[in-house]
Amino acid sequence: MRRSLVESIGLWFAVIVVSVFSLFPFYWAVVSSLKEPSSMFQVEYWPKVLEWSNYSSIFKEQPFGTNIINSLIVASSTVLLCLIVGVLAAYSLARVEFRGRGTLLALILAVSMFPQVAVLSGMFELIKSMGLYNSWGGLTISYMIFTLPFTIWLLTTFMRQLPRELEQAAIVDGASSWVVLTKVFLPLMGPSLVTTGLLAFIAAWNEFLFALTFTLTAESRTVPVAIGLISGASSFESPWGRIMAASVIVTVPLVILVLVFQKSIVSGLTAGAIKE
Amino acid sequence: MSENVALTERRRTAYLFLLPSLILLVLVAAWPLIRTIWLAFTDATLSSSHFSWVGLDNFKGVLTDPDWWGSVKNTMVFTGISVTLETVGGLGIALLLHREFMGRGILRAAVMVPWAIPTVVSAKMWSWMFNDNYGVINDILQKIGIIHGPLAWMADNAILSMAAVVTVDVWKTTPFMTLLILAGLQSIPLQVYQSAAVDGASGFRTFFKITLPLIKPALVVAVVFRLLDALRIFDLIFIMTNNSNDTATMSVYARNNMIGFGDLGYGSAASTLVFAFIAIFTIMYLQFSRLNLVGGSSEKVSR
Repeated sequence: MRRSLVESIGLWFAVIVVSVFSLFPFYWAVVSSLKEPSSMFQVEYWPKVLEWSNYSSIFKEQPFGTNIINSLIVASSTVLLCLIVGVLAAYSLARVEFRGRGTLLALILAVSMFPQVAVLSGMFELIKSMGLYNSWGGLTISYMIFTLPFTIWLLTTFMRQLPRELEQAAIVDGASSWVVLTKVFLPLMGPSLVTTGLLAFIAAWNEFLFALTFTLTAESRTVPVAIGLISGASSFESPWGRIMAASVIVTVPLVILVLVFQKSIVSGLTAGAIKE
Repeated sequence: MSENVALTERRRTAYLFLLPSLILLVLVAAWPLIRTIWLAFTDATLSSSHFSWVGLDNFKGVLTDPDWWGSVKNTMVFTGISVTLETVGGLGIALLLHREFMGRGILRAAVMVPWAIPTVVSAKMWSWMFNDNYGVINDILQKIGIIHGPLAWMADNAILSMAAVVTVDVWKTTPFMTLLILAGLQSIPLQVYQSAAVDGASGFRTFFKITLPLIKPALVVAVVFRLLDALRIFDLIFIMTNNSNDTATMSVYARNNMIGFGDLGYGSAASTLVFAFIAIFTIMYLQFSRLNLVGGSSEKVSR
Protein backbone atom coordinates (compact mmCIF):
# COMPACT_ATOMS: atom_id res chain seq x y z
CA MET A 1 0.00 0.00 0.00
CA ARG A 2 1.46 3.38 -1.03
CA ARG A 3 0.98 6.33 1.23
CA SER A 4 1.26 10.00 0.46
CA LEU A 5 4.03 11.98 2.16
CA VAL A 6 1.57 13.87 4.37
CA GLU A 7 0.01 10.61 5.48
CA SER A 8 3.39 9.09 6.31
CA ILE A 9 4.45 12.13 8.31
CA GLY A 10 1.15 12.07 10.21
CA LEU A 11 1.53 8.36 10.91
CA TRP A 12 5.07 8.72 12.23
CA PHE A 13 4.15 11.76 14.28
CA ALA A 14 1.37 9.75 15.95
CA VAL A 15 3.71 6.78 16.51
CA ILE A 16 6.30 9.00 18.20
CA VAL A 17 3.78 10.83 20.39
CA VAL A 18 2.20 7.56 21.55
CA SER A 19 5.58 5.92 22.26
CA VAL A 20 6.94 8.89 24.20
CA PHE A 21 3.75 9.24 26.25
CA SER A 22 3.79 5.50 27.05
CA LEU A 23 7.46 5.14 27.88
CA PHE A 24 8.65 8.48 29.23
CA PRO A 25 7.39 8.04 32.85
CA PHE A 26 9.26 4.75 33.14
CA TYR A 27 12.38 6.27 31.59
CA TRP A 28 12.12 9.15 34.04
CA ALA A 29 11.86 6.78 37.00
CA VAL A 30 15.02 4.99 35.85
CA VAL A 31 16.91 8.27 35.39
CA SER A 32 15.77 9.60 38.76
CA SER A 33 16.65 6.38 40.56
CA LEU A 34 20.24 6.65 39.33
CA LYS A 35 20.82 10.14 40.71
CA GLU A 36 22.64 10.95 43.90
CA PRO A 37 20.51 12.76 46.49
CA SER A 38 22.16 16.13 45.88
CA SER A 39 21.48 16.23 42.15
CA MET A 40 17.93 14.94 42.64
CA PHE A 41 16.67 18.46 42.71
CA GLN A 42 17.71 19.61 39.28
CA VAL A 43 15.93 18.46 36.19
CA GLU A 44 18.42 16.57 34.00
CA TYR A 45 17.17 14.61 31.03
CA TRP A 46 19.91 12.00 31.10
CA PRO A 47 22.08 10.92 34.00
CA LYS A 48 25.65 12.24 34.02
CA VAL A 49 26.94 9.72 36.53
CA LEU A 50 25.29 6.47 37.48
CA GLU A 51 24.74 6.35 41.22
CA TRP A 52 23.47 3.01 42.54
CA SER A 53 23.17 4.00 46.21
CA ASN A 54 19.38 4.37 46.01
CA TYR A 55 19.18 0.70 45.08
CA SER A 56 21.25 -0.47 48.03
CA SER A 57 19.62 1.84 50.55
CA ILE A 58 16.11 0.65 49.70
CA PHE A 59 17.13 -2.81 50.96
CA LYS A 60 19.05 -1.44 53.95
CA GLU A 61 16.65 1.12 55.32
CA GLN A 62 13.54 -1.01 55.15
CA PRO A 63 12.66 -4.70 54.74
CA PHE A 64 12.16 -4.36 51.00
CA GLY A 65 13.58 -7.84 50.32
CA THR A 66 11.01 -9.31 52.69
CA ASN A 67 8.30 -7.26 51.00
CA ILE A 68 9.22 -8.74 47.62
CA ILE A 69 9.12 -12.26 49.07
CA ASN A 70 5.71 -11.51 50.62
CA SER A 71 4.37 -10.33 47.27
CA LEU A 72 5.77 -13.36 45.47
CA ILE A 73 4.27 -15.80 47.97
CA VAL A 74 0.88 -14.10 48.12
CA ALA A 75 0.60 -13.75 44.35
CA SER A 76 1.74 -17.34 43.67
CA SER A 77 -0.58 -18.89 46.23
CA THR A 78 -3.44 -16.79 44.89
CA VAL A 79 -2.76 -18.11 41.38
CA LEU A 80 -2.47 -21.69 42.57
CA LEU A 81 -5.67 -21.67 44.61
CA CYS A 82 -7.57 -19.84 41.88
CA LEU A 83 -6.54 -22.21 39.11
CA ILE A 84 -7.25 -25.41 41.06
CA VAL A 85 -10.66 -24.30 42.24
CA GLY A 86 -11.45 -22.41 39.03
CA VAL A 87 -10.69 -25.25 36.64
CA LEU A 88 -13.14 -27.53 38.47
CA ALA A 89 -15.88 -24.91 38.37
CA ALA A 90 -15.15 -24.04 34.74
CA TYR A 91 -15.55 -27.69 33.72
CA SER A 92 -19.03 -27.81 35.21
CA LEU A 93 -20.03 -24.46 33.75
CA ALA A 94 -18.63 -25.10 30.29
CA ARG A 95 -19.32 -28.79 29.80
CA VAL A 96 -22.33 -29.89 31.81
CA GLU A 97 -25.84 -28.64 31.29
CA PHE A 98 -27.80 -28.05 34.45
CA ARG A 99 -30.55 -25.74 35.58
CA GLY A 100 -29.40 -22.35 36.83
CA ARG A 101 -26.13 -22.38 34.91
CA GLY A 102 -26.75 -18.99 33.31
CA THR A 103 -27.79 -17.43 36.62
CA LEU A 104 -24.69 -18.80 38.30
CA LEU A 105 -22.41 -17.35 35.63
CA ALA A 106 -24.19 -14.01 35.93
CA LEU A 107 -23.69 -14.06 39.71
CA ILE A 108 -20.00 -14.85 39.34
CA LEU A 109 -19.64 -12.03 36.84
CA ALA A 110 -21.46 -9.74 39.27
CA VAL A 111 -18.95 -10.55 42.02
CA SER A 112 -16.11 -9.38 39.78
CA MET A 113 -17.82 -6.00 39.63
CA PHE A 114 -17.95 -5.59 43.42
CA PRO A 115 -16.14 -2.49 44.55
CA GLN A 116 -13.51 -3.78 46.99
CA VAL A 117 -14.39 -1.09 49.49
CA ALA A 118 -17.94 -2.49 49.72
CA VAL A 119 -16.69 -5.60 51.50
CA LEU A 120 -13.83 -3.96 53.37
CA SER A 121 -15.21 -3.89 56.91
CA GLY A 122 -16.81 -7.33 56.63
CA MET A 123 -13.59 -8.75 55.19
CA PHE A 124 -11.54 -7.07 57.92
CA GLU A 125 -13.69 -8.75 60.56
CA LEU A 126 -13.52 -12.11 58.75
CA ILE A 127 -9.72 -12.02 58.39
CA LYS A 128 -9.33 -11.12 62.06
CA SER A 129 -11.72 -13.83 63.25
CA MET A 130 -9.86 -16.45 61.21
CA GLY A 131 -6.61 -15.34 62.85
CA LEU A 132 -5.19 -14.32 59.46
CA TYR A 133 -4.67 -10.60 60.10
CA ASN A 134 -1.19 -9.44 59.08
CA SER A 135 -0.42 -12.72 57.29
CA TRP A 136 0.03 -14.18 53.78
CA GLY A 137 -3.04 -16.36 54.24
CA GLY A 138 -5.30 -13.40 54.94
CA LEU A 139 -4.27 -11.66 51.74
CA THR A 140 -4.50 -14.82 49.63
CA ILE A 141 -8.01 -15.61 50.85
CA SER A 142 -9.25 -12.04 50.44
CA TYR A 143 -7.77 -11.82 46.92
CA MET A 144 -10.15 -14.58 45.84
CA ILE A 145 -12.90 -11.98 45.60
CA PHE A 146 -11.38 -10.38 42.52
CA THR A 147 -9.25 -13.17 41.05
CA LEU A 148 -11.61 -16.15 41.29
CA PRO A 149 -14.54 -14.66 39.30
CA PHE A 150 -12.46 -13.78 36.26
CA THR A 151 -10.49 -17.04 36.52
CA ILE A 152 -13.74 -19.03 36.36
CA TRP A 153 -15.08 -16.79 33.61
CA LEU A 154 -11.96 -17.06 31.43
CA LEU A 155 -11.44 -20.79 31.94
CA THR A 156 -15.12 -21.40 31.14
CA THR A 157 -14.74 -19.42 27.92
CA PHE A 158 -11.58 -21.32 26.97
CA MET A 159 -13.03 -24.72 27.87
CA ARG A 160 -16.13 -24.12 25.77
CA GLN A 161 -13.93 -23.83 22.70
CA LEU A 162 -12.63 -27.39 23.02
CA PRO A 163 -14.36 -29.78 20.61
CA ARG A 164 -17.24 -31.83 21.96
CA GLU A 165 -16.08 -35.06 20.27
CA LEU A 166 -13.12 -35.22 22.64
CA GLU A 167 -15.14 -35.84 25.76
CA GLN A 168 -17.86 -37.84 24.02
CA ALA A 169 -15.39 -40.53 23.06
CA ALA A 170 -14.13 -40.67 26.63
CA ILE A 171 -17.64 -40.76 28.09
CA VAL A 172 -18.66 -43.60 25.78
CA ASP A 173 -15.66 -45.48 27.14
CA GLY A 174 -17.14 -44.96 30.59
CA ALA A 175 -14.73 -42.32 31.85
CA SER A 176 -15.83 -40.30 34.86
CA SER A 177 -15.97 -36.49 34.82
CA TRP A 178 -12.76 -36.42 36.86
CA VAL A 179 -10.95 -38.52 34.27
CA VAL A 180 -12.36 -36.46 31.39
CA LEU A 181 -11.19 -33.27 33.06
CA THR A 182 -7.74 -34.39 34.13
CA LYS A 183 -6.82 -36.74 31.26
CA VAL A 184 -8.61 -35.18 28.27
CA PHE A 185 -9.03 -31.48 28.91
CA LEU A 186 -6.18 -30.42 31.19
CA PRO A 187 -3.41 -31.51 28.79
CA LEU A 188 -4.99 -29.22 26.17
CA MET A 189 -5.40 -26.29 28.51
CA GLY A 190 -1.77 -25.33 29.09
CA PRO A 191 -1.92 -21.99 27.23
CA SER A 192 -5.27 -21.07 28.82
CA LEU A 193 -3.93 -21.82 32.28
CA VAL A 194 -0.83 -19.71 31.60
CA THR A 195 -2.93 -16.77 30.40
CA THR A 196 -5.36 -16.95 33.30
CA GLY A 197 -2.62 -17.52 35.84
CA LEU A 198 -0.63 -14.54 34.55
CA LEU A 199 -3.61 -12.21 34.79
CA ALA A 200 -4.35 -13.44 38.32
CA PHE A 201 -0.69 -13.05 39.28
CA ILE A 202 -0.54 -9.47 38.00
CA ALA A 203 -3.82 -8.57 39.72
CA ALA A 204 -2.61 -10.00 43.05
CA TRP A 205 0.87 -8.49 42.70
CA ASN A 206 -0.60 -5.01 42.11
CA GLU A 207 -3.35 -5.07 44.75
CA PHE A 208 -3.21 -2.22 47.25
CA LEU A 209 -6.39 -1.64 49.29
CA PHE A 210 -6.61 -5.04 51.04
CA ALA A 211 -2.84 -5.27 51.48
CA LEU A 212 -2.84 -1.83 53.08
CA THR A 213 -5.74 -2.61 55.39
CA PHE A 214 -5.01 -6.20 56.38
CA THR A 215 -1.32 -5.84 57.26
CA LEU A 216 0.15 -4.01 60.20
CA THR A 217 3.93 -4.36 60.36
CA ALA A 218 6.53 -3.24 57.82
CA GLU A 219 7.77 -6.86 57.57
CA SER A 220 4.42 -8.21 56.43
CA ARG A 221 3.67 -5.58 53.79
CA THR A 222 3.55 -6.41 50.12
CA VAL A 223 5.49 -4.38 47.57
CA PRO A 224 2.77 -1.88 46.57
CA VAL A 225 2.09 -1.00 50.22
CA ALA A 226 5.79 -0.76 50.99
CA ILE A 227 6.32 1.63 48.07
CA GLY A 228 3.15 3.56 48.85
CA LEU A 229 4.28 4.16 52.42
CA ILE A 230 7.98 4.99 51.88
CA SER A 231 8.58 8.23 53.69
CA GLY A 232 11.58 10.35 54.54
CA ALA A 233 12.91 11.84 57.72
CA SER A 234 10.36 14.64 57.61
CA SER A 235 6.88 14.51 56.19
CA PHE A 236 7.71 17.29 53.74
CA GLU A 237 10.56 15.53 52.03
CA SER A 238 9.96 12.26 50.29
CA PRO A 239 13.06 10.23 49.42
CA TRP A 240 12.21 10.27 45.72
CA GLY A 241 15.44 8.58 44.64
CA ARG A 242 14.68 5.54 46.79
CA ILE A 243 11.02 5.49 45.78
CA MET A 244 12.01 5.49 42.11
CA ALA A 245 14.60 2.74 42.69
CA ALA A 246 11.96 0.57 44.39
CA SER A 247 9.53 1.32 41.55
CA VAL A 248 12.05 0.28 38.93
CA ILE A 249 12.90 -2.94 40.82
CA VAL A 250 9.30 -4.15 40.87
CA THR A 251 8.42 -2.88 37.41
CA VAL A 252 11.24 -4.38 35.35
CA PRO A 253 10.29 -8.06 35.93
CA LEU A 254 6.65 -7.22 35.30
CA VAL A 255 7.39 -5.41 32.06
CA ILE A 256 9.55 -8.33 30.88
CA LEU A 257 6.77 -10.76 31.82
CA VAL A 258 4.21 -8.77 29.88
CA LEU A 259 6.40 -8.39 26.81
CA VAL A 260 7.30 -12.10 26.77
CA PHE A 261 3.71 -13.23 27.24
CA GLN A 262 2.18 -10.39 25.24
CA LYS A 263 0.07 -12.61 22.95
CA SER A 264 -1.18 -14.73 25.78
CA ILE A 265 -2.16 -11.73 27.91
CA VAL A 266 -3.95 -10.02 25.06
CA SER A 267 -5.91 -13.18 24.36
CA GLY A 268 -6.90 -13.39 28.03
CA LEU A 269 -7.96 -9.76 28.28
CA THR A 270 -10.02 -9.90 25.13
CA ALA A 271 -11.52 -13.35 25.80
CA GLY A 272 -12.91 -11.92 29.00
CA ALA A 273 -14.73 -9.25 27.09
CA ILE A 274 -15.37 -10.54 23.60
CA LYS A 275 -16.19 -14.11 22.96
CA GLU A 276 -15.39 -15.15 19.46
CA MET B 1 -31.69 -45.79 30.77
CA SER B 2 -27.96 -46.09 31.35
CA GLU B 3 -27.49 -42.83 29.47
CA ASN B 4 -29.75 -41.14 32.02
CA VAL B 5 -27.75 -42.61 34.85
CA ALA B 6 -24.56 -41.28 33.28
CA LEU B 7 -26.16 -37.87 32.87
CA THR B 8 -27.27 -37.79 36.50
CA GLU B 9 -23.78 -38.81 37.55
CA ARG B 10 -22.32 -36.02 35.42
CA ARG B 11 -24.66 -33.45 36.96
CA ARG B 12 -23.87 -34.61 40.46
CA THR B 13 -20.16 -34.35 39.76
CA ALA B 14 -20.71 -30.93 38.22
CA TYR B 15 -22.24 -29.67 41.45
CA LEU B 16 -19.39 -31.23 43.40
CA PHE B 17 -16.82 -29.49 41.17
CA LEU B 18 -18.58 -26.17 41.68
CA LEU B 19 -18.65 -26.51 45.43
CA PRO B 20 -15.14 -25.24 46.33
CA SER B 21 -15.61 -22.10 44.21
CA LEU B 22 -19.04 -21.42 45.63
CA ILE B 23 -17.84 -21.87 49.20
CA LEU B 24 -14.94 -19.48 48.57
CA LEU B 25 -17.16 -16.88 46.92
CA VAL B 26 -19.72 -17.04 49.70
CA LEU B 27 -16.92 -16.71 52.25
CA VAL B 28 -15.06 -13.80 50.65
CA ALA B 29 -17.82 -12.02 48.75
CA ALA B 30 -21.35 -12.67 50.00
CA TRP B 31 -20.58 -12.90 53.71
CA PRO B 32 -18.32 -9.79 53.97
CA LEU B 33 -20.85 -7.84 51.90
CA ILE B 34 -23.71 -8.83 54.21
CA ARG B 35 -21.60 -8.05 57.28
CA THR B 36 -20.60 -4.66 55.89
CA ILE B 37 -24.24 -3.77 55.23
CA TRP B 38 -25.15 -5.00 58.71
CA LEU B 39 -22.32 -3.01 60.36
CA ALA B 40 -23.63 0.07 58.57
CA PHE B 41 -26.62 -0.01 60.95
CA THR B 42 -24.41 -0.13 64.07
CA ASP B 43 -22.02 2.20 65.88
CA ALA B 44 -19.11 -0.25 65.59
CA THR B 45 -15.61 1.20 65.89
CA LEU B 46 -12.17 -0.27 65.34
CA SER B 47 -11.12 0.36 68.93
CA SER B 48 -13.88 -1.41 70.81
CA SER B 49 -15.60 -4.74 70.27
CA HIS B 50 -18.92 -3.60 71.72
CA PHE B 51 -21.46 -1.97 69.50
CA SER B 52 -25.17 -1.47 69.27
CA TRP B 53 -27.83 -0.99 66.64
CA VAL B 54 -28.33 2.61 65.59
CA GLY B 55 -30.80 2.23 62.75
CA LEU B 56 -30.36 4.65 59.89
CA ASP B 57 -28.19 7.15 61.80
CA ASN B 58 -25.02 6.37 59.84
CA PHE B 59 -26.78 6.72 56.50
CA LYS B 60 -28.31 10.02 57.62
CA GLY B 61 -24.85 11.14 58.70
CA VAL B 62 -23.23 10.23 55.38
CA LEU B 63 -26.02 11.68 53.26
CA THR B 64 -25.91 15.01 55.08
CA ASP B 65 -22.11 15.28 54.96
CA PRO B 66 -20.98 17.76 52.29
CA ASP B 67 -17.69 15.84 52.03
CA TRP B 68 -19.60 12.72 50.93
CA TRP B 69 -21.37 14.66 48.19
CA GLY B 70 -18.02 16.19 47.28
CA SER B 71 -16.62 12.68 46.89
CA VAL B 72 -19.62 11.66 44.74
CA LYS B 73 -19.00 14.67 42.52
CA ASN B 74 -15.25 13.90 42.33
CA THR B 75 -15.98 10.29 41.39
CA MET B 76 -18.35 11.39 38.61
CA VAL B 77 -15.97 14.02 37.26
CA PHE B 78 -13.01 11.63 37.43
CA THR B 79 -14.93 8.78 35.79
CA GLY B 80 -16.54 10.93 33.11
CA ILE B 81 -13.38 12.66 31.97
CA SER B 82 -10.96 9.76 32.26
CA VAL B 83 -13.18 7.16 30.57
CA THR B 84 -13.97 9.59 27.74
CA LEU B 85 -10.29 10.33 27.17
CA GLU B 86 -9.38 6.65 27.41
CA THR B 87 -12.05 5.69 24.88
CA VAL B 88 -11.00 8.33 22.37
CA GLY B 89 -7.30 7.64 22.99
CA GLY B 90 -7.78 3.88 22.90
CA LEU B 91 -9.73 4.11 19.65
CA GLY B 92 -7.06 6.32 18.08
CA ILE B 93 -4.18 4.09 19.12
CA ALA B 94 -6.07 0.95 18.09
CA LEU B 95 -6.69 2.42 14.63
CA LEU B 96 -2.99 3.29 14.44
CA LEU B 97 -1.94 -0.23 15.45
CA HIS B 98 -4.40 -1.71 12.95
CA ARG B 99 -2.44 -0.19 10.06
CA GLU B 100 0.63 -1.83 8.67
CA PHE B 101 3.92 -0.08 9.17
CA MET B 102 7.47 -0.91 10.14
CA GLY B 103 7.87 -1.23 13.89
CA ARG B 104 4.23 -1.91 14.60
CA GLY B 105 5.13 -4.78 16.94
CA ILE B 106 7.47 -2.52 18.90
CA LEU B 107 4.77 0.15 19.26
CA ARG B 108 2.27 -2.45 20.44
CA ALA B 109 4.74 -3.60 23.08
CA ALA B 110 5.49 -0.01 24.13
CA VAL B 111 1.79 0.72 24.52
CA MET B 112 1.41 -2.22 26.89
CA VAL B 113 4.10 -1.04 29.31
CA PRO B 114 1.87 1.32 31.34
CA TRP B 115 -0.67 -1.49 31.79
CA ALA B 116 2.05 -3.69 33.33
CA ILE B 117 3.14 -1.12 35.89
CA PRO B 118 1.39 -1.46 39.27
CA THR B 119 -1.01 1.40 40.00
CA VAL B 120 0.84 2.39 43.15
CA VAL B 121 4.09 2.60 41.23
CA SER B 122 2.46 4.65 38.45
CA ALA B 123 1.04 6.98 41.07
CA LYS B 124 4.48 7.47 42.62
CA MET B 125 6.27 7.92 39.28
CA TRP B 126 3.80 10.57 38.21
CA SER B 127 3.74 12.26 41.64
CA TRP B 128 7.45 12.78 41.21
CA MET B 129 6.96 14.07 37.67
CA PHE B 130 4.25 16.44 38.92
CA ASN B 131 6.41 17.62 41.85
CA ASP B 132 5.99 21.40 42.07
CA ASN B 133 9.65 22.36 42.56
CA TYR B 134 11.65 19.61 40.91
CA GLY B 135 9.12 17.93 38.66
CA VAL B 136 9.87 17.30 35.02
CA ILE B 137 6.37 18.32 33.90
CA ASN B 138 6.70 21.86 35.21
CA ASP B 139 10.16 22.01 33.64
CA ILE B 140 8.90 20.94 30.20
CA LEU B 141 5.87 23.24 30.34
CA GLN B 142 8.09 26.17 31.29
CA LYS B 143 10.65 25.41 28.59
CA ILE B 144 8.05 25.38 25.85
CA GLY B 145 6.51 28.49 27.35
CA ILE B 146 3.04 27.23 28.26
CA ILE B 147 3.44 28.31 31.88
CA HIS B 148 5.71 30.98 33.33
CA GLY B 149 6.23 29.70 36.85
CA PRO B 150 5.99 26.23 38.41
CA LEU B 151 2.47 24.97 39.14
CA ALA B 152 1.59 23.29 42.45
CA TRP B 153 -0.17 20.34 40.80
CA MET B 154 -1.21 18.33 43.79
CA ALA B 155 -1.65 21.03 46.41
CA ASP B 156 -4.84 23.02 46.89
CA ASN B 157 -5.98 23.65 43.37
CA ALA B 158 -8.96 21.38 42.66
CA ILE B 159 -8.69 21.59 38.88
CA LEU B 160 -4.94 20.95 38.77
CA SER B 161 -5.03 17.99 41.14
CA MET B 162 -7.97 16.45 39.28
CA ALA B 163 -6.10 16.98 36.01
CA ALA B 164 -3.08 15.21 37.50
CA VAL B 165 -4.96 12.11 38.68
CA VAL B 166 -6.94 11.91 35.42
CA THR B 167 -3.68 12.07 33.44
CA VAL B 168 -2.23 9.15 35.35
CA ASP B 169 -5.39 7.08 35.02
CA VAL B 170 -5.55 7.75 31.28
CA TRP B 171 -1.88 6.80 30.93
CA LYS B 172 -2.34 3.60 32.91
CA THR B 173 -5.60 2.27 31.44
CA THR B 174 -5.69 3.42 27.81
CA PRO B 175 -3.71 0.26 26.87
CA PHE B 176 -6.60 -1.90 28.10
CA MET B 177 -9.04 0.08 25.93
CA THR B 178 -6.65 -0.12 23.00
CA LEU B 179 -6.28 -3.89 23.21
CA LEU B 180 -10.03 -4.55 23.42
CA ILE B 181 -10.83 -2.17 20.56
CA LEU B 182 -7.97 -3.60 18.48
CA ALA B 183 -9.40 -7.09 18.94
CA GLY B 184 -12.72 -5.73 17.69
CA LEU B 185 -11.04 -4.15 14.67
CA GLN B 186 -9.20 -7.34 13.82
CA SER B 187 -12.43 -9.30 13.76
CA ILE B 188 -13.78 -7.20 10.86
CA PRO B 189 -13.33 -9.17 7.62
CA LEU B 190 -11.11 -7.45 5.07
CA GLN B 191 -13.71 -7.88 2.31
CA VAL B 192 -15.95 -5.37 4.05
CA TYR B 193 -13.33 -2.68 3.50
CA GLN B 194 -12.56 -3.83 -0.02
CA SER B 195 -16.18 -3.51 -1.09
CA ALA B 196 -16.40 -0.11 0.59
CA ALA B 197 -13.34 0.99 -1.39
CA VAL B 198 -14.88 -0.36 -4.60
CA ASP B 199 -18.00 1.68 -3.88
CA GLY B 200 -15.75 4.72 -3.55
CA ALA B 201 -16.51 5.46 0.10
CA SER B 202 -14.22 8.07 1.68
CA GLY B 203 -12.05 7.31 4.71
CA PHE B 204 -14.33 9.23 7.06
CA ARG B 205 -17.46 7.64 5.66
CA THR B 206 -15.94 4.15 5.93
CA PHE B 207 -15.01 4.84 9.55
CA PHE B 208 -18.39 6.12 10.69
CA LYS B 209 -20.60 3.86 8.55
CA ILE B 210 -18.64 0.61 8.69
CA THR B 211 -15.82 0.49 11.25
CA LEU B 212 -17.57 2.13 14.17
CA PRO B 213 -20.83 0.11 14.00
CA LEU B 214 -18.86 -3.13 13.62
CA ILE B 215 -16.62 -2.53 16.63
CA LYS B 216 -19.45 -1.18 18.75
CA PRO B 217 -19.92 -4.44 20.73
CA ALA B 218 -16.23 -4.51 21.70
CA LEU B 219 -16.28 -0.79 22.41
CA VAL B 220 -19.32 -1.01 24.69
CA VAL B 221 -17.83 -3.85 26.72
CA ALA B 222 -14.53 -1.99 27.09
CA VAL B 223 -16.28 1.21 28.18
CA VAL B 224 -18.45 -0.61 30.74
CA PHE B 225 -15.41 -2.43 32.21
CA ARG B 226 -13.59 0.86 32.53
CA LEU B 227 -16.61 2.69 33.97
CA LEU B 228 -17.01 0.08 36.70
CA ASP B 229 -13.30 0.28 37.45
CA ALA B 230 -13.19 4.07 37.51
CA LEU B 231 -16.26 4.35 39.76
CA ARG B 232 -14.50 2.36 42.49
CA ILE B 233 -11.06 3.99 42.08
CA PHE B 234 -9.04 4.03 45.27
CA ASP B 235 -5.28 3.41 45.12
CA LEU B 236 -4.28 6.05 42.58
CA ILE B 237 -6.10 8.85 44.40
CA PHE B 238 -5.10 7.65 47.86
CA ILE B 239 -1.40 7.71 46.90
CA MET B 240 -1.34 10.88 44.84
CA THR B 241 -3.61 13.20 46.79
CA ASN B 242 -4.34 11.53 50.10
CA ASN B 243 -6.93 13.30 52.24
CA SER B 244 -7.49 16.11 49.82
CA ASN B 245 -11.18 16.88 49.48
CA ASP B 246 -10.52 18.10 45.95
CA THR B 247 -10.02 14.60 44.60
CA ALA B 248 -11.26 12.15 47.28
CA THR B 249 -13.58 9.62 45.62
CA MET B 250 -16.37 7.60 47.23
CA SER B 251 -14.02 4.67 47.95
CA VAL B 252 -11.43 6.99 49.52
CA TYR B 253 -14.12 8.66 51.65
CA ALA B 254 -15.43 5.29 52.85
CA ARG B 255 -12.02 3.91 53.76
CA ASN B 256 -10.86 7.07 55.48
CA ASN B 257 -13.89 6.99 57.76
CA MET B 258 -13.73 3.25 58.30
CA ILE B 259 -10.02 2.69 58.90
CA GLY B 260 -8.50 6.17 59.10
CA PHE B 261 -10.93 7.45 61.72
CA GLY B 262 -11.77 3.95 63.00
CA ASP B 263 -15.49 4.54 62.53
CA LEU B 264 -16.44 1.11 61.23
CA GLY B 265 -20.19 1.68 61.27
CA TYR B 266 -20.17 5.05 59.53
CA GLY B 267 -17.58 3.93 56.98
CA SER B 268 -19.61 0.80 56.27
CA ALA B 269 -22.65 2.97 55.54
CA ALA B 270 -20.59 4.87 52.97
CA SER B 271 -19.32 1.55 51.49
CA THR B 272 -22.87 0.28 51.28
CA LEU B 273 -23.86 3.37 49.31
CA VAL B 274 -20.89 2.83 46.94
CA PHE B 275 -22.04 -0.75 46.46
CA ALA B 276 -25.67 0.25 45.86
CA PHE B 277 -24.55 2.83 43.34
CA ILE B 278 -22.41 0.41 41.34
CA ALA B 279 -25.00 -2.38 41.64
CA ILE B 280 -27.71 -0.18 40.13
CA PHE B 281 -25.36 0.79 37.34
CA THR B 282 -24.46 -2.87 36.67
CA ILE B 283 -28.06 -4.05 36.68
CA MET B 284 -28.99 -1.32 34.23
CA TYR B 285 -26.17 -2.43 31.96
CA LEU B 286 -27.11 -6.11 32.17
CA GLN B 287 -30.72 -5.23 31.39
CA PHE B 288 -29.84 -3.17 28.36
CA SER B 289 -27.25 -5.44 26.88
CA ARG B 290 -29.05 -8.81 27.03
CA LEU B 291 -25.92 -10.74 27.91
CA ASN B 292 -25.47 -14.10 26.33
CA LEU B 293 -24.28 -16.07 29.33
CA VAL B 294 -24.91 -19.68 28.50
CA GLY B 295 -22.69 -19.70 25.48
CA GLY B 296 -23.33 -20.22 21.85
CA SER B 297 -20.36 -20.12 19.58
CA SER B 298 -20.38 -17.01 17.47
CA GLU B 299 -22.34 -14.65 19.69
CA LYS B 300 -20.84 -11.47 21.04
CA VAL B 301 -21.36 -10.66 24.71
CA SER B 302 -23.35 -7.56 24.01
CA ARG B 303 -25.18 -6.22 21.10
